[in-house]
Amino acid sequence: MLHTINKSPFQNSALENCLRIARDGDVILLLEDGVYATVAGTVKSSLIEQAAKRHMVYALEADLKARGLGNLVKDVRVASYGDFVDLVEKHPVHAWL
Amino acid sequence: MAENGKKVMVTVRKPPHGSIYVQESIEVMFIFATYDMDLSVVFLDDGVLALQAGQDTKGLGIKGFMASLGALVDWEVTKVYVDRQSLKDRGIREDAIIAIGKDDDSGAPIRPKVLDGAEIASMMAEQHSIVSF
Repeated sequence: MLHTINKSPFQNSALENCLRIARDGDVILLLEDGVYATVAGTVKSSLIEQAAKRHMVYALEADLKARGLGNLVKDVRVASYGDFVDLVEKHPVHAWL
Repeated sequence: MAENGKKVMVTVRKPPHGSIYVQESIEVMFIFATYDMDLSVVFLDDGVLALQAGQDTKGLGIKGFMASLGALVDWEVTKVYVDRQSLKDRGIREDAIIAIGKDDDSGAPIRPKVLDGAEIASMMAEQHSIVSF
């Protein structure tokens, strides 16, 4: 199962809602404003630190670059658009809009 | 700036790029500046993310608005503020935010002024109107 989150963790509980439901081994992909959750040293970093113990966590590269983000939580993988397509092909997807 | 006496404020609370809000807020800043309003701009909550250095929107296929923000002072939008707590919560250093212009004499970068919530609140209370994004 692939879960996608595109909302900022500072203004929306989509990521928390997703992590409550997601099963161990499910893949989490952060994109658009969702990528802010993957930055290290914020008040929301612990969400992804915890999630990375149970899930593969990806952040979309183009969205990271657009927002000037580089210092990510350890274990977050950076995904290209091509990786995104591969993930979508491999898993059923739920978008936490 | 010749001012017509009306104090107006633009508040930006949305993150950049995920929606059109920040882009629109900049348009409105420039319009107010053109009409010589006594304009203040406040970035708070996710709005402070628009001030993150090093944003490169090429991969999204959009132009972005870093150039516009960097020219606010040239447009006489000089009262630009940012909320201290919002920066801290998002791990952004106060001295790492983007410049909105350069000092005419020294050439030193001018950055938005960092304020506490109480200072922002009293500034809000002085406005004739506040346009929020």
